[in-house]
This record gives sequence, C-alpha cells and structure tokens, in this order.
Amino acid sequence: MKLTLKIWRQATTDATGAMHTYQLDGVSEDMSFLEMLDVLNEQLNASDEEPIAFDSDCREGICGMCGLMINGQAHGPEVTTTCQLHMRSFKDGDEITIEPWRADAFPVLKDLCVDRSALDRMIQSGGYISANTGSAPDAHAAPVEKKKADRAFDVATCIGCGACVAACPNGSASLFLGAKITHLGELPQGQPERWDRVIGMVSQHDHDGFGGCTNIGECASACPKEIPLDVISQLNKDLRTAMVKGR
Amino acid sequence: MAVSGLLFIAFTLVHMYGNLKAFSGQEKFNDYAHHLREFGEPILPYEGFLWITRVGLLVALVAHVTSAVILARRASRARTTKYQYKKNKHSALSSRTMRWGGAALLLFIIWHLVNFSFGKVNPQTGETGAAAGDPYTLMVDTFDVWWMTVIYLVAMLALGFHLHHGTWSATQTLGYTNTATSRQRAKQAGWLLAIVIAGGFSLVPLSVMFGIIE
Ligand code: HEM
Ligand code: SF4
Ligand code: FES
Repeated sequence: MKLTLKIWRQATTDATGAMHTYQLDGVSEDMSFLEMLDVLNEQLNASDEEPIAFDSDCREGICGMCGLMINGQAHGPEVTTTCQLHMRSFKDGDEITIEPWRADAFPVLKDLCVDRSALDRMIQSGGYISANTGSAPDAHAAPVEKKKADRAFDVATCIGCGACVAACPNGSASLFLGAKITHLGELPQGQPERWDRVIGMVSQHDHDGFGGCTNIGECASACPKEIPLDVISQLNKDLRTAMVKGR
Repeated sequence: MAVSGLLFIAFTLVHMYGNLKAFSGQEKFNDYAHHLREFGEPILPYEGFLWITRVGLLVALVAHVTSAVILARRASRARTTKYQYKKNKHSALSSRTMRWGGAALLLFIIWHLVNFSFGKVNPQTGETGAAAGDPYTLMVDTFDVWWMTVIYLVAMLALGFHLHHGTWSATQTLGYTNTATSRQRAKQAGWLLAIVIAGGFSLVPLSVMFGIIE
C-alpha cells in the first residue's frame, strides 16, 4: 500500500521542530509499524537524508521503549504497543500523523525520541522494595491471597511506556503511578515501605511537572497493557491513608 | 475539590427538593422560604441556619475554585507543546468540559444570587429588593420572561454535565472505586444525580413557561 506520512522532525531538544510529509510506497500489511518506519528510513538513507529517530528495543511488546502518537492516539488505533501494531490496521492511501509523546516532563531528544527518565525517577522515589540479596526465597515462603496475587500480577504488567501520560489531557502520570502503587501494595513484600512509597512517588511526580489527575480516563484506554482506572483510586486511597498516618 | 464538590451535591439536592414546593402554590412556597429563616430557632437566631449554610457554601466555593485553578495551571504547564492531532477515545464529554462548565456555573450562580437572593431583581417588572415581590412572585415573574427560562435551562444542562462527571470523579479521588464494579456504580450514580438534580431543578422554570405554575 501507499501512504502519506506526516512526521515530527526535531534535530535536538532545543531546536524548533516541525511536521514533515513523506510518501511511502510498497508497504505490506504484514509489516509492523516500526518496520514500516525502517523502510522509510532506508529510503531516506538512500537519498542522503537524515533518517528519522525513533525508539524501540524488544519489538515484542514487553519493554516499553517504543511509543508514538499515531493519528492522535498513543500507540495508534489498537490496544497494543507501537511495535506490535501492524500495517493491516491501516489502508492504502491513508495519511498517518506521527508525533512524539507530548509532555514537558518527557523532553524530545530527537525527532520521535523522548526522554522518559521522569518515570525512572518516580520508581527511585519509592517504587521498589528493600530486601537483602542472596539466594531467592522459596516461592511459598510468603503466602499471598489469590485475589491479591492476581491483582498485583495484572498491574505488574505495566511496561512504563508512558502512553498514559501522552494520552492524558492533563499530562498526568497517575495511571503509571497507580499501577506501581497497587502492584507493590497488594503484596506482603510491599508493606513495610507502603506509606512512604506513595508520598515519595507522588511528590516526585508533582516535582517533575506532571499534571494532576481529573479522572478523565483517556490513560486507561491508551494503555497497551489495559491497566484499569481503579489503580488511580487505589493510589488516592493509599495517599489518604499515608496522610492520616502523618507520613 | 472532591469534598467541596460533595457538599455542593448535598446542597443542590436539598435546594432542588425545596424548589419543588412551587408546585404546592404561592402560600406553601413562601412559607417554606420563611421557615428556612426560622429553621433551628430558638437554639439558632433568626436566619442562623441560613447563614451557617451560606458561610459553609462560600468556603466550599473558594476551595473548589482554587483547586480547579491549580489543576488547570498544572495541566497547561505539563504540556506546553500541543499535539498537532489528538483524539479522545473513551472519555466522556462531561469529563473534558469541567473547566468551561464550571466557569459557566459560576457566572450563573452570581446572576442567580443577584436575581433571587441578595439582589432580588425582577426581570419582568424591573423592580428590585422588597418591591420585587415575595419569593414565589419573583420566581414566577422571572420564568415568565422566556430568555430567563432559557438561561436557567442552559445552566441546568451545564449542572447536569458537571454532576455526571463530578460524582464519579469525587469517589475516585477519595479512593472508593477500587474495583471495576464500584467504578461502574459510581458512574451510574453520576447519571442518576445529574438527571435527578438538573432535571428536578428544570421542572420549575419549565412549568412556569408552560403555565402549569402561575
Ligand atoms: C432552575 C434552577 C433553580 C431555581 C428555580 C432556583 C431558585 C432559587 C430561589 C427561589 C432562591 C431564593 C430562596 C429564598 O429566597 O429563600 C434561591 C436561592 C439560592 N440558590 Fe437557587 N435555584 C436554582 C438553581 C440553583 C443552583 C444550580 C445553585 C447552585 C449550584 C443554586 C444556588 C442557590 C443559592 C446559593 C441560593 C441562596 C441561598 C441564600 O440566600 O443563602 N440555585 N434559588
Ligand atoms: S500504565 Fe499502561 S500506558 Fe501507563 S506506562 Fe504503564 S503500560 Fe504504559
Ligand atoms: S519495542 Fe519493546 S514494547 Fe515496543
């Protein structure tokens, strides 16, 4: 198929960017979205133009590196990551707009690559458990209720891609934050640091300039891992409890 | 935001119910307005209850508007470069119009208080203060002016939108919607309160316009 691509190009963080239009022919519907961009880059290379910078790593939907705003939707029209999106979701003659995640906490590095370190800083501010290293404990050493184990597992699938931030009209990272808080908060290992965790992570979130959540819900529909909105309620509940406890 | 909002929900529910006394006629409605001032006597002074409510609502309003301004400012700073193209997939229109809707409601409330409370402006006769008539007359005269009814109905539409999202949003902010079921219930409560409150309020102006109340 033949496509018209409108892509954001920006040389460096401080440079002013703009949308550029490219024509691409011979795209197969079996290609992934990133393979389609690879083909475009080969074409650009051949004509001595600077190829388009975009992020990817695993290309199998588990690392969270890829992430593009495709036709106004984070990761495009399907519930999956950009690398797992295939060209069969588009048709011949389509015009596709591709932009980087837009959030001041995610500065553009080049073209479609953004710096998502702000998510790592949130993890460093409490999204962990402190444990002595050594040999792994027996799997059944700490019993976990089935319901809690299931919920923790479901939200532990968050890959930190940042689509929730990109999709949120407020530019809030509450879904990511809620996923981490719920994941560790449901497990016995997460209890000792539970109340300091929520305060630390929320402070870091606000410090890095993410917006405040107003429960619009665009995040959950953009999330490739279908993290549900109730993690944000859990985040708020933990925050309320922590404040009552005077943390 | 959530706590002050819940207070507004309680207030509008009671206020809407009180307005329905208009269907019992002039005397009953004016009696009700009078009783509001005597409520709690002799423990409270005359208009004591009314003033407690007014102060409470004013404090809630300041808290509500302040939080709204802070959230709006944070949001605009969080994304200074806008998308060229952005689709909203699954969110309700009401959730994305809270800021404009809230501003419209604020304008409405200011006019509404000038109209019925501390100003008492009768848009039909042009009289103000005590000459505007008793609460019932003032209300009927107001809604006999068609564009007044339209303003009130538009405001009730905005109120319905605000309540639709606000109800569920408050429960979520307070951390009470930790499962898919409770989230669904909170959203249903939003629909229910929006219809009951905004719909209930609208009955009176509509009834005056159609001559059911005169
Ligand atoms: C169609 C809709 C409405 C009608 C017909 C209506 C009618 C009235 C009337 C007749 C009064 C004067 C009562 C008296 O003098 O004792 C009043 C007062 C008031 N209304 Fe409404 N109202 C409506 C909607 C609303 C809404 C949506 C709000 C707030 C969100 C509101 C807030 C107030 C307040 C704060 C007062 C003043 C109470 C006081 O004097 O302390 N009203 N309304
Ligand atoms: S919650 Fe979903 S959208 Fe947000 S970072 Fe995690 S996987 Fe990505
Ligand atoms: S490249 Fe790893 S999730 Fe897409």
